[in-house]
Amino acid sequence: MLRCNMSYYISNEPAPGVGSHKRTVMRMTGRAMRQSRLVLVTAWVFAAAATVFRPAGAQTPFTIQRIADGEYAHFGQVALTSPENRGDIANVGIVIGRDAAAVIDTGGSVAVGQAALAALRQITAKPLRYVINTHEHPDHLFGNAAFAGLGATFVGHHNLPASLREHGSFYLHSFRELLGEAEIARVRLIPPTLLVNDTMALDLGGRTLLLTALHQAAHTDCDLTVLDEQTRTLFAGDLVFMDHVPVIDGSLKGWLDALPRLAAMNAERVVPGHGLKVAPWPAALDDERRYLLAVQADARRLIASGTPLADAVPHIGESEQAHWRLFGDYNPRNATAAFSELEWE
Amino acid sequence: MQTKRRSVLGGLAAGMLAPGRGRAAGDTDRWPDLARLIFPGRVLRDGASLIELDAPYRAEDAAVVPVTLRTTLAAGNPLQVRKITLVIDANPVPVAAIFTLAPDAGIDRIATRVRVDDYTNIHAVAESSDGGLYAASRFVKAAGGCSAPALKQTAGDIPLGTLRFRAFPANEAGLREAQVMVRHPNYSGMQMDQLSRLYIPADFIQSLRISQADRLLLTIEGGISVSENPSFRFSFRPDQGKTFRVEAADSNGRQFSATFPAEPAA
Repeated sequence: MLRCNMSYYISNEPAPGVGSHKRTVMRMTGRAMRQSRLVLVTAWVFAAAATVFRPAGAQTPFTIQRIADGEYAHFGQVALTSPENRGDIANVGIVIGRDAAAVIDTGGSVAVGQAALAALRQITAKPLRYVINTHEHPDHLFGNAAFAGLGATFVGHHNLPASLREHGSFYLHSFRELLGEAEIARVRLIPPTLLVNDTMALDLGGRTLLLTALHQAAHTDCDLTVLDEQTRTLFAGDLVFMDHVPVIDGSLKGWLDALPRLAAMNAERVVPGHGLKVAPWPAALDDERRYLLAVQADARRLIASGTPLADAVPHIGESEQAHWRLFGDYNPRNATAAFSELEWE
Repeated sequence: MQTKRRSVLGGLAAGMLAPGRGRAAGDTDRWPDLARLIFPGRVLRDGASLIELDAPYRAEDAAVVPVTLRTTLAAGNPLQVRKITLVIDANPVPVAAIFTLAPDAGIDRIATRVRVDDYTNIHAVAESSDGGLYAASRFVKAAGGCSAPALKQTAGDIPLGTLRFRAFPANEAGLREAQVMVRHPNYSGMQMDQLSRLYIPADFIQSLRISQADRLLLTIEGGISVSENPSFRFSFRPDQGKTFRVEAADSNGRQFSATFPAEPAA
């Protein structure tokens, strides 16, 4: 059962929890933004099992920001998934063309997906044509079920179905504790039916989204970017982390290798997969590149000196600690992954 | 619990000790039952004088948990450690590996990486040359390692079964260290294909023999708890042998072997 208590408002003030978005968004989107007023849509969504009502504290304020005409982003928290945040830790994009709309990622739970859908419905009555998943991670697609049955086509990297086959049960298991029993029970893994092998243009009516599938493992092995060709806004998924320390779940070398091609994309700004701002392109890659290079250099040096994995991990990437949030939560894993990858060089 | 003498690596499976997701090795200590199953009729003594086990209290990656075993016999003690059994109590197949140390190989340290499926004690049981069993343990907080997906880059261009050998310079005691790495997914049998609802069949490195020239140093029997791309790093007393030989076999009967030049001890 879903009860929505929606409010729609236009404001020049950032919504609670979005911090400095306004300033950043204003800077990034130029004259159009300065002339218009910041649009904020907030949905309070009570998503509960049939007869269970959540206490007031469990409601999820869901805020989206206008980036340009017909283009919006929701910034998830820079946090670990918890029952309290319901996996609302990744960014979600919405693009609306003349005829139809698309969403880019669906959030880390069905509750977040429903909130994103509710927000979309406050902006437009146009049909939702595409649900695009940028990669396989739960915080980007556990909300898919909220968009099922609406006639939208699910779109993803050609590796995404296989990745979900291999990893899906692990995600469902390991997120049970992180999300809580009630939320995990609602999750359905919905693989894409429209697969991107290389690039693909999706038409929303006078508005084209250019999807690009990465050819090698980077953040994961099924990374997909979405470029709004009209506004030149890039929805980069987790190929771009800002604020939130990057997470290596594919290949460190592959990711570094992909950065020049990403930087060459014809974009003006990016909505990162994680991070609380729209940022200029390709400068938005600088911090991430520096981090990945530091991890690579440290791991290579320690492998060359014969340092065992357990002794090496605390020193890999350590110079980056001050620059990132959630560093302690992910850097040691990244270090382990980098060491395990690079010792086979 | 009925026990039969059979391979403890394959035999003590999930049905006998369901991998309780209850978050505490604390609620029920599996070790007394496990010890009886793995070492029937044997007495286990405190291992403090003989074996030391090192593992992180909180594992960063449950699929790659570094574990180091050290023998701690005092100098001049005529006893040697002949065998070390590594047990991850809460894992579906608790016996992770059995290391057989060749007499006079001089092995006093073995490091590997394992999967840990739940908060658990890890035990190392050393068998000394007089037949005594000595146990050491550590508690590790990690979960989900056995069903954790394979590393993505494994699908890359390094063929399954590729062996790597790296020798490190001798230390002050004249011991050298070497690392053997095997490119292998070491599928645990618990990694599920979510859409077909079928498990990827277990496929793992089952045995590994490492020799310097014709002198056997170390034999390893491995199970599904050893991490993907198994890595074993161990100390040994080198001799004049000009080569190292590594021979491996996996649970599907594939055999891999390679010979590596013995680098001069620096």
